[in-house]
Amino acid sequence: MYVADSRATPSAPASAEPAARPGAGRRRAVGPTVLALGTVSLITDVSSEMVTAVLPLYLVAGLGLSPLGFGLLDGVYNGFSAVVRLLGGHVADRGGGRHKTVAVIGYGLSALCKPLLLVAGSLPAIGAVLAADRTGKGLRTAPRDALISLSSEPAARGRAFGVHRAMDTAGALLGPLAAFLILRATVDGYDAVFTVSFCVAVLGVVVLVLFVPGRTRSDPAPPPPAPAEPRPADRPRLRLPATVVRPTVCAALLGLATVSDAFVYLVLQRQLGVPERWFALLPLGTAAAFLLLAAPLGRLADRVGAWPVFLAGHGALLAVYGLLLTHAHSPALPYAVLLLHGTFYAATDGVLMAAASTGLPADRRSTGLAVVQTGQALARFACSLGFGALWTAWGDRSALAVAAVLLAAAATVSYILRPRTTKATASA
Amino acid sequence: MTSRTTGGPQADPSPRLISTRARLTVLVAAVLALAAVATAAVLHASARAERRDQARPGGPAVTSGQLSLTPGGRRLVFRNMAWGPHRDELATVPAGAPGGPRTATSTGRKCLRFSASAGTGICLQAVHGTLADTYRATVLDARLHEKAHYPVPGVPSRARVSPSGRYAAWTAFVGGDSYAGTNFSTRAAILDTATGKLTPTLETYAIVKDAKPYRAADANFWGVTFDRDDRHFYATLATHGATYLVRGDLRRRTVTTLHRNVECPSLSPDGTRVAYKKRVPGLPADAPWRLYVLNLSTGRETPLAETRSVDDQAVWSDAAHVTYALPGDYGADLYSVPADGSGTPRRLATAAVSPAYL
Repeated sequence: MYVADSRATPSAPASAEPAARPGAGRRRAVGPTVLALGTVSLITDVSSEMVTAVLPLYLVAGLGLSPLGFGLLDGVYNGFSAVVRLLGGHVADRGGGRHKTVAVIGYGLSALCKPLLLVAGSLPAIGAVLAADRTGKGLRTAPRDALISLSSEPAARGRAFGVHRAMDTAGALLGPLAAFLILRATVDGYDAVFTVSFCVAVLGVVVLVLFVPGRTRSDPAPPPPAPAEPRPADRPRLRLPATVVRPTVCAALLGLATVSDAFVYLVLQRQLGVPERWFALLPLGTAAAFLLLAAPLGRLADRVGAWPVFLAGHGALLAVYGLLLTHAHSPALPYAVLLLHGTFYAATDGVLMAAASTGLPADRRSTGLAVVQTGQALARFACSLGFGALWTAWGDRSALAVAAVLLAAAATVSYILRPRTTKATASA
Repeated sequence: MTSRTTGGPQADPSPRLISTRARLTVLVAAVLALAAVATAAVLHASARAERRDQARPGGPAVTSGQLSLTPGGRRLVFRNMAWGPHRDELATVPAGAPGGPRTATSTGRKCLRFSASAGTGICLQAVHGTLADTYRATVLDARLHEKAHYPVPGVPSRARVSPSGRYAAWTAFVGGDSYAGTNFSTRAAILDTATGKLTPTLETYAIVKDAKPYRAADANFWGVTFDRDDRHFYATLATHGATYLVRGDLRRRTVTTLHRNVECPSLSPDGTRVAYKKRVPGLPADAPWRLYVLNLSTGRETPLAETRSVDDQAVWSDAAHVTYALPGDYGADLYSVPADGSGTPRRLATAAVSPAYL
């Protein structure tokens, strides 16, 4: 991939913040730490998506259970995960950067859950293991994004997050394939799938431990985005900088009009008549577009500013709603919808983290990013509830039309509210 | 393999306690060790798959023979999960001696889920593809030959055939709706085997809830059970976090809610009662079900003597007993319990699932 041939020169100066180097060109490489973190995410996603892919089949065909009970627990897990994420972000910032420690705990916890699936033979036990797995995911997300942000120069953050998200998605696409090949080789060898998944997850932790730098040290060259910061340990911990408010409000406003993937695929299937047997393939279309576009759009965000790209990404989502509302039955329409849906993720997921990083002091970056992510996640959860209620009351087209109007309004408000500091130079 | 593509550690900007060479050595050692464990797991599972083709001492004896779905000489047909050459194949035992020797089909018909009545069988099976498995519902004649098959859009879960053998129904779990999520929805299909007319999802039926027309995007159906008249059926409707027993009409294409908190109904032979799993408050949210019987004319519910959480659509072995599966050492075992709340559960057969009485 194009990431590999454009990385930092081996003689890079010893600094946790490559931004210290002046005159960083816009073709500056993605840092080795970002590549290492991307590799960790890629490997970990192979591991976790292996399990996700075979779980329904394991429950139904292997254990004779129905997986429906999980769906009902999903909301509980998601709420719990949001709280854990805030906790992970906060703990990671303490003592001047325990990002790596918290990330290792998060990745490690998820890895340990894989062998537990081998012994969990009942639905309650499997539910508990999945809850622990999500706790690990919640813990590691914010410190990981903080590490990506802290190890990238501000002018290249969009690209760094884009490369990371692309690698992450590549793992998510490879996981199910790996699981399927193992099942084919072993004839219902679910235990083999879980064991291999465990080994892959452990490899991810090993790469994290070996190749991702530890604490952002209080060394003679303090991180430039926060040059005036006193020693982190001396500051009150729970007060967040005002710079986190606007990104959080914007992300949450737009999140309130972001209809969940499941609804998009459902409407796509029903409105545009996609055959039932293709239903399971629809998320792959979104993921493929996300994979291809995440890095280029991240780079675009570095050039023209993260907020314009972030808002334009929601324009792509608005186009998705618009296409779903049309009655045209062109065979190309489902492809266009999935391409735009993937574009939406590519232009918003990593780009938001890059945008929010700007203006967050280094010693509270993890907490700040966690706040933005949690605000967005809770808003999207609220949107799901509201959209489901509207759909029930008025039907899918009306519900979608309302979502489209809300999204346009939220985008307009966000455009007005957006942090003015679109250039990375204004950080801190 | 992916580890080889890590960003060159020599490019790492931060000073290191251990050298690049040492880190690479540790990485290679870790890759080798983990690859060895992973390979061993796959080889072990693959060897066990072969061992599963060997009958286990003490397990149920399974022999190959003729199997017919025509009524007469009460028999129990199910998916045999005992290790041996007939693993996962349909097998039959006399209804009076369910724990005894089994006869498996000589055609080697493998099903994930199965149901049969009056000479018609429905077999939900996996079709192994190059990059992924797909599923299909295969209609079987009395001699277990395929009459037709239909695609199933997810992992198959429930199967039923109407008492006359004319209608068949199946439920599938449709996943993949959300990235890394554990959300599942269900699709319940009904097939008229006489005309080949398939209703891929009951969600196209009009819903009457509390005597009023009802529309819901989140309506999910599962667990169809047919009445003897080849017109009516019962099923589970889930919407807004609640489950309902619905009575369906194949001609008017409607379903009407009858009772709350009913899942996987199973109509008694005389059509007066429904055995079902009920979500009982106070039990763990992920193992919440107990078996109940609902009297359709009085609305009275009777808890059955089974104290474990049952996640299955029961079948009536006669007017007074229901049979159902619980997880066991080889996947699932079959149990029976009186339908009036008396007595205690009794294990009928080990390593068996998806029973049908003929």
